[in-house]
Amino acid sequence: MFKIISKEELAPGITRFDVEAMLVARKARPGQFVIIRIREGGERIPLTIAAYDREKGIISLVSLRVGKSTALLAGLRQGDNILDLVGPLGNPSEIKNFGRVICVGGGAGIAPVLPIAGALKDAGNHVISIIGSKTEGMLILEDEMRSVSDEFYICTDDGSLGYKGFVSGLLEEYLEKNLSDVKRNKTNVDRCIAIGPAVMMASVAKVTEKYGLKTIVSLNSIMVDGTGMCGACRVEVGGKTKFVCVDGPEFDGHQVNFDLLMSRQRIYCKQEDTCYDLYKEECRHKK
Amino acid sequence: MVAKSESNKKRTKKVRIPRTSMPEQDPGARKKNFEEVATGYTQEDALLEASRCIQCKNPTCISGCPVEIDIKSFIKLITEKKFEEALEKIREKNTLPAVCGRVCPQEDQCEKECILGIRYEPVAIGRLERYVADRELKRLADQGKECAYSEVTRKCTKEKVAIVGSGPAGLTCAAELSKKGYRVTIFEALHKAGGVLVYGIPEFRLPKDIVQKEIDYLKSMDVNISVNAVIGKTLTVEDLINDGFKAIFIATGAGLPHFMGIPGENLNGVYSANEYLTRSNLMKAYKFPECDTPIIRGKNVAVVGGGNVAMDSARTALRLGADHVYLIYRRGEAEMPARNEEIKHAREEGIDFKLLNNPVEIMGRDGWVDKIRLIKMKLGEPDQSGRRRPVPVSGSEYDIDVDVVIMAIGQGPNPLLTSRIKGLKLNSRGYIDADPETGKTSLKGVFAGGDIVTGAATVILAMGAGRKAAKHIDQYIRTGKW
Ligand SMILES: Cc1cc2nc3c(=O)[nH]c(=O)nc-3n(C[C@H](O)[C@H](O)[C@H](O)COP(=O)(O)OP(=O)(O)OC[C@H]3O[C@@H](n4cnc5c(N)ncnc54)[C@H](O)[C@@H]3O)c2cc1C
Ligand SMILES: Cc1cc2nc3c(=O)[nH]c(=O)nc-3n(C[C@H](O)[C@H](O)[C@H](O)COP(=O)(O)OP(=O)(O)OC[C@H]3O[C@@H](n4cnc5c(N)ncnc54)[C@H](O)[C@@H]3O)c2cc1C
Ligand code: SF4
Ligand code: SF4
Ligand code: FES
Repeated sequence: MFKIISKEELAPGITRFDVEAMLVARKARPGQFVIIRIREGGERIPLTIAAYDREKGIISLVSLRVGKSTALLAGLRQGDNILDLVGPLGNPSEIKNFGRVICVGGGAGIAPVLPIAGALKDAGNHVISIIGSKTEGMLILEDEMRSVSDEFYICTDDGSLGYKGFVSGLLEEYLEKNLSDVKRNKTNVDRCIAIGPAVMMASVAKVTEKYGLKTIVSLNSIMVDGTGMCGACRVEVGGKTKFVCVDGPEFDGHQVNFDLLMSRQRIYCKQEDTCYDLYKEECRHKK
Repeated sequence: MVAKSESNKKRTKKVRIPRTSMPEQDPGARKKNFEEVATGYTQEDALLEASRCIQCKNPTCISGCPVEIDIKSFIKLITEKKFEEALEKIREKNTLPAVCGRVCPQEDQCEKECILGIRYEPVAIGRLERYVADRELKRLADQGKECAYSEVTRKCTKEKVAIVGSGPAGLTCAAELSKKGYRVTIFEALHKAGGVLVYGIPEFRLPKDIVQKEIDYLKSMDVNISVNAVIGKTLTVEDLINDGFKAIFIATGAGLPHFMGIPGENLNGVYSANEYLTRSNLMKAYKFPECDTPIIRGKNVAVVGGGNVAMDSARTALRLGADHVYLIYRRGEAEMPARNEEIKHAREEGIDFKLLNNPVEIMGRDGWVDKIRLIKMKLGEPDQSGRRRPVPVSGSEYDIDVDVVIMAIGQGPNPLLTSRIKGLKLNSRGYIDADPETGKTSLKGVFAGGDIVTGAATVILAMGAGRKAAKHIDQYIRTGKW
C-alpha cells in the first residue's frame, strides 16, 4: 500500500499526488516512471515520476484524467492508499552538459519535463523552455518550469496566455531566429527534449528534423507489466521494434514511427469508453 | 508356489483394470466458461486407480519424476485410505502437489516410466497426486481454514536469504530454506506472487485460488513476500547484499516474448501470448468491464505455436467468445511440445489445427489485423533436436481472415536483471550459466535456477532446481565454502 501524503489540483483534470514510496524515491532519476494499480480489479497504468524526495521517501505523480483509471485516481484523497506501485521503471534521461537545450512540454507532459529540465540545468546547460496548453487555465507548473529555465516561453492554443498556437509553432520561430549557419540550416541549439501528447511530439520532431536538431521524446505507449515481459508497449524506432518500458521510454524523435504509436494507443478506445461510461453512471447513482 | 501363482493372478487382474478416466466438463459447455476443465477424481475413482498400481519391487516410475517422489508409497497409502499420510509422502519432495498433479507433462515423466505402460496404460499418477492434494484443501476449507495444509506458523531466525522471482523455482527454494530456519524474502516484480502459475496458465487449467493457497501456506512458514519489487530497478543485487542477505537465488523465469519478425506484427490485434494471457489471467480481462483491464475479443483468432502456451492461448480465445480459432503450427501433431491432454482438450473444444503451416505475413486494414498469410510446410530431414525439420512448400501461400493473432512461439531470458549484475556469466543465448546440480553461478553467494537457467521448461523442473539450490545455499551459508 502506498499512501497519498498530499494532493493538489493543478488545473481542471490534472492532479498532483505526493505518494509515500521509499524504495522508488531512493532510486528514481529523471525520465523514469512507475506503474500503479489503484485497487483490486484495477488495471496497471504507467505514470512518470514528476519529482522525488529521497530523504522523505516521497515521489510525485501528475495525472491527467482521461479515462476510468485516471478518474479513479483523481477520486482518491489525501490519506488514501494506492494498492500497488512499482518502479522506477524505464531508463533515466541522458543528463550531461550538452550546451543549449530546448525543453518542450505540452499539457500534462509538462510534469515529466520538469525534473529533466532541472537536472539539465544542474548539469550546466543553458535551458530554454517552451511549455504549452489548450488555454491559460490548463497550464501547469509554470513557476516551477520558469525557475529552472534560462529562457522561458509559454504558448496556448487559444492565445489566452503567451504565444497563440502550438508549441511546435513557437519552437520553429525560435529556431529560425537562432540560426547559426543559415546555409546549412544549423541553429545554436544542441538538443531538444519534447514530452506531451503523441501528436505534439510528432510535430516537434518534424520541425527539429529540418534543423538537424537531435530531439528526444518520451513515448507513452500502452503497457501492462513494464518489465519487458509482454510486448504491449512495442513501438517502431528506426524501423526496428522496441519495447518502450525497457528500451525507452526516451527515443530519438526522428526515428520514431509516430503513426504506429498513435494507432496502437487507440487499441482499446471502444472498451475504455464503455468502462469509463459505466463508471460515470455508477458515480451518478452514488450521488 | 501356490501362493505365488495366486498373487500373479491377482496382478494380472489388477493390470487389466482400465485406467480410470478423469471426470471433465462437457466440451460444449466448458468452452464458454473459465471453470476448471478436469473436475477431479472422486474417492471411488482414486481408490480404483490406486489399486491398479502393482507396487513394483523396483518402481521405475520414481526415476521419471524430476523430484523423485516416492510414488509407490504414496499410492499404497491411498489404497489404505491414508490420504493425509499419502500427501505427507508427496510433500517430502514436492511442495506444490495440487499444481503438479494438474500441469506436469506426466506422459513424459513419471507415467512414461510406469511399468504398466509397456503393455497396458500407466497408472494415472498425476491424477492421484492431485486427488490427495485437493482432498486436503477441501478438508481445510470445510473447517474454514484459508491456508493450504495445516499451518505451520514458525518463526525463522537464521541468516537472511533473498529469492528473486516467485514462480515455482522461487517458491520451492523459499519453502525448503524456511524449513531449515532461514529468514527468506521473495522479491516479485508483479503485484502478485506465483510467476507463470498466476500470469500464464489459465484458470480453467489451474484455478488461481489453489496457487494462492500454496502462497498463503508459504507465508505461514514465515516466508516474506515482497511484491512490486523489480530487482535490478527497485533494488539491485548489491543493495540486497548490503542489506545483509547472505545468499541470493535468481529465479526470474524466461519471460521475454519472441516475435517472428514477419511484416505486420505490430498491427493492432497482434499479441504476444505473454500479453494475451497476462491480460486474461493476472489482470482478469475476461471479467471486463467488471475488472478494468481490456482485451480484444476476436471473432477469428489465429494462434501461432504448438506448445502449452499456444494451447492455453487458443483455448482462452475460445472462452473469450471467438467463433473460430486456428492453431498454426509448422510441424505435425507428433512434434507438438504441448502436453497430450492439452492437445486432446483443444481438439475436443473445436480448435482448428492448421498443422504444417507457417505464417509469412500479417495483413491489416486501417492499422488493424484482417488477414494472415500462411505457407504450407513439409517435413524434411531431422534437425539437431532430432525432429524432422519443416520446410516451406514454395507457391503454397494462402490467406485466412482473422482479427486477432497471438504469437506463442517461445520465450527467451529477460535481460532486465541479468544485464545489471556485474560478473554474472551468461551463456550464448543469454541464460544464466549455473551448475545444474548446485545452482551456483559465477558469482559467490549468487545461485540461479528454473527457466532463467534452462530456458522455458516445466513447473516440476523449476521446482527441482529450487530444491537443489536450497540445499546448496544452506551448505554455503553454514560452511562459507563456494
Ligand atoms: C511511460 C509512460 C509515462 C506516462 N506518464 C504519465 C503521466 O505522468 N501523467 C499522465 O497523466 N499520464 C501519463 N501516461 C499516460 C497514462 O498512463 C494513461 O493516460 C493512462 O493509462 C490512462 O488510463 P485511463 O484508464 O484513465 O484511460 P483510458 O480510458 O484507459 O485510456 C485513455 C488513453 O490512455 C492510454 N492508455 C490506456 N491504458 C494504458 C496503459 N495501461 N498504459 C499506457 N497508456 C494507456 C491509451 O492511449 C488510451 O487511449 C504515461 C504513459 C506512459 C507509457
Ligand atoms: C502459458 C504457459 C503454460 C505452461 N504450461 C505448463 C504446463 O502445463 N506444465 C508445465 O510443467 N509447465 C508449463 N509451463 C512452463 C512453466 O510454467 C515454467 O517452466 C515455470 O513456471 C518456470 O518457473 P520459474 O520459477 O523458473 O519462472 P516463472 O514461473 O517464469 O517465474 C518467474 C517470476 O520472476 C519474476 N521476475 C522476473 N524478473 C524479475 C525481477 N527482475 N525482479 C523480481 N521478479 C522478477 C516474474 O515476474 C515471475 O513472476 C507453461 C508456461 C507458460 C508460459
Ligand atoms: S511431480 Fe509431476 S512428475 Fe513427479 S510424480 Fe507428480 S506428476 Fe509425476
Ligand atoms: S511403476 Fe507403475 S505400477 Fe510400478 S510402482 Fe510405479 S506406479 Fe506402480
Ligand atoms: S509493458 Fe510489457 S513489455 Fe513493456
